[in-house]
Amino acid sequence: MAEKSGSEILVEALVDCGVEIVFGYPGGAVLPIYDTLFGQKKIRHILCRHEQGAAHAAEGYARATGKPGVVLVTSGPGATNAVTGITDALMDSIPMVVITGQVATHLIGTDAFQEADTVGITRHCTKHNYLVKDPDKVGSTIQEAFFIATTGRPGPVVVDIPKDVQVASGTYRKSGPIAHKAYVPRDKPDTKLIEQAVEMLAEAERPIFYTGGGIINAGPGASQMLRELVRLTGAPVTSTLMGLGALPATAPEWLGMLGMHGTYEANMAMNRADLIVAIGARFDDRVTGRLDAFAPEAKKIHIDIDRSSINKNVSVDLPIVGDAGRAMEDMAKIWKAKQHKKRDLGDWWRRIEGWRATRCLDFPEDGDEIMPQRAIRALFEATKDRKPIISTEVGQHQMWAAQHFGFDAPNKWLTSGGLGTMGYGLPAAIGAQIAFPNALVIDIAGEASIQMNIQELGTASQYRLPVKIFILNNEYMGMVRQWQELTYSSRYSESYSDALPDFVALAEAYGWKGIRIEGKQELEPGIGEMLAHDGPVLVDCHVSKLANCFPMIPSGAAHTEMILQANEVSGTMDDEAKALV
Amino acid sequence: MKIRSPDTAPHTLSILVDNEPGILARIAGMFTARGYNIESLTVTDVSEDSSVSRITIVTTGSQNVIEQIITQTERMPPVYRVTDLTELGPHVERDLALVKVAGTGEHRIEALRLADVFRARVVDSTTESFVFEVTGASEKVDSFIELMREVGLVEVARTGVVAIGRGKEAS
Ligand SMILES: Cc1ncc(C[n+]2csc(CCOP(=O)(O)OP(=O)(O)O)c2C)c(N)n1
Ligand SMILES: [Mg+2]
Repeated sequence: MAEKSGSEILVEALVDCGVEIVFGYPGGAVLPIYDTLFGQKKIRHILCRHEQGAAHAAEGYARATGKPGVVLVTSGPGATNAVTGITDALMDSIPMVVITGQVATHLIGTDAFQEADTVGITRHCTKHNYLVKDPDKVGSTIQEAFFIATTGRPGPVVVDIPKDVQVASGTYRKSGPIAHKAYVPRDKPDTKLIEQAVEMLAEAERPIFYTGGGIINAGPGASQMLRELVRLTGAPVTSTLMGLGALPATAPEWLGMLGMHGTYEANMAMNRADLIVAIGARFDDRVTGRLDAFAPEAKKIHIDIDRSSINKNVSVDLPIVGDAGRAMEDMAKIWKAKQHKKRDLGDWWRRIEGWRATRCLDFPEDGDEIMPQRAIRALFEATKDRKPIISTEVGQHQMWAAQHFGFDAPNKWLTSGGLGTMGYGLPAAIGAQIAFPNALVIDIAGEASIQMNIQELGTASQYRLPVKIFILNNEYMGMVRQWQELTYSSRYSESYSDALPDFVALAEAYGWKGIRIEGKQELEPGIGEMLAHDGPVLVDCHVSKLANCFPMIPSGAAHTEMILQANEVSGTMDDEAKALV
Repeated sequence: MKIRSPDTAPHTLSILVDNEPGILARIAGMFTARGYNIESLTVTDVSEDSSVSRITIVTTGSQNVIEQIITQTERMPPVYRVTDLTELGPHVERDLALVKVAGTGEHRIEALRLADVFRARVVDSTTESFVFEVTGASEKVDSFIELMREVGLVEVARTGVVAIGRGKEAS
């Protein structure tokens, strides 16, 4: 077999794995790979402005397309800069393959220039990782990396390739379907258990579907199956932050997001349900609130591809390991085969309507100040017909976007849920825009978060990406300020966004259009102007500085102890509550 | 505010893994990262071609924590399977210690007599010292070492627990 260099093998294997786009940043330890990329046309390299940006861009690309995101960075600082994005992908189960350069094999362990123990550093923030010491193994390792990243519960895989391995020659053979010796993901749920689940669902008087990011990961077909199950059973649906869009927000069965900033109806329904069907969601602490008060009356079915998610935080009555889409498909089939009729859930729905009547997402509004919630709703109204892809940063604006922007389809909502990474939104939007050049992609941002990867403005300019950034500028790290108001008697320690740049001028410096919105009158025209421009636009929308995000379940509280409005806030909490995040 | 910790019991886990570089760091690191205990850990390759290793870990935790430990370990790509030998029931556990004792006269004779009771073998001797090899369940090895303290214990080297299920099935 003809010999090739390690970097040629790498690029060929990437192409064989279906890679079209790589997000990266060059450096000494990946020069051979960059040279190979220079001479070919199959893979397009997107030069980001920071390795963290490259990793989040790959995540955004993966979330929007369902395909794995690919990152290429150099050794040492290149790899360490990517670590936040890698960890983010692990927490949100995003398929991603990260190729890192490494110093030559004989230099490993000598504290060589730009040496970092990448495999050691990323061991616990990847699904798996490799150090490839032999050019003959580059190809097979890459193929295995894609297999592991994309199957089972998806996640990031790092492949560390020393520089001499990139230069040395070896052989490569495209493999057929990968059969890993130890790693055998289990997709197919046990039919007996599915039958039991259907039985429980048919008998429940107060059922609720609690869905999560696993449904999005299981592909668009899974969202269709959820819709089918809801049609068959008439049961209400709530979802985690990561699961938004699986059921259209316009569906009558949709109760809104649950958890800390979820709706009153979603949290009350979880608390009073007699059956919770959890699908691709992991009962995390942001969702359950105080564990001993979580859904006390409910039997729980938990469908998840990752067995370790089951019984981790909450013990369940019926654990089902498998792919969310296949499990729901089987449930729908068996429901029909057994000729179950939609049960009369009238009483249950009447109670839910009662909770809905609190209109928990309403907000006070007077004067000329723009309320942040109003800004999100206006943005939604102005863009919904264009089926936008929305990314966010982290903070109040993220929660307001989740609450007030309606999503009707999966893969349209890109947000950092598990890790909560400020600086995620802009690069993620760039990644999505690369995949869908004609889509409307908007990063809903906070003035503090946007500064964490602001350098990526340059990436959008370079590739002429018409990304939009909509900053809800409240001059505070609002979410931090809100917790300080609620927990520490409004002692606003270091949460004021001082010395802000002139965002409009900053945008213009990067070749973007900049728009400032300051009063209610300017809101709709400003959004209109943003949408009318076919290039990248940054909107600096000044909003009420002290607005808080409600409803809110304070940490350590039960779902029923929700704070609905500002006047219910006491301003302090006991140590037990303070100790929880 | 006080930090609470729940009731726990020891479990012996047998973990079959791909014998790849860094596998021990991967498993041990996962235990540390998730706050699980490791009371003892042994590892050796167990297949003909050295491609598979068995890691035996004695850990403690509540029933829930043990279930988490098992599923968290099992989902790591290089792991074939994890068996909770304590749950499985009938299994054999062995621990081996090399115990150095120095002394003369009555102490020396007493050391030999105790060694005999514990079926410990003398694997090295000088006129002033012995090295005993003792094997058995950890508790037996513990008590032998305790007794040796009174007759001139110098130092101990110990393997930690290895274990395997009884009967003809693989564990
Ligand atoms: C990298 C990182 N550092 C710190 C935090 C903690 N944090 C969470 S929200 C927040 C404030 C965000 O402020 P801004 O972007 O203005 O959003 P707002 O809450 O005001 O909408 C901070 C500091 C974080 N989530 N991520
Ligand atoms: Mg802010």
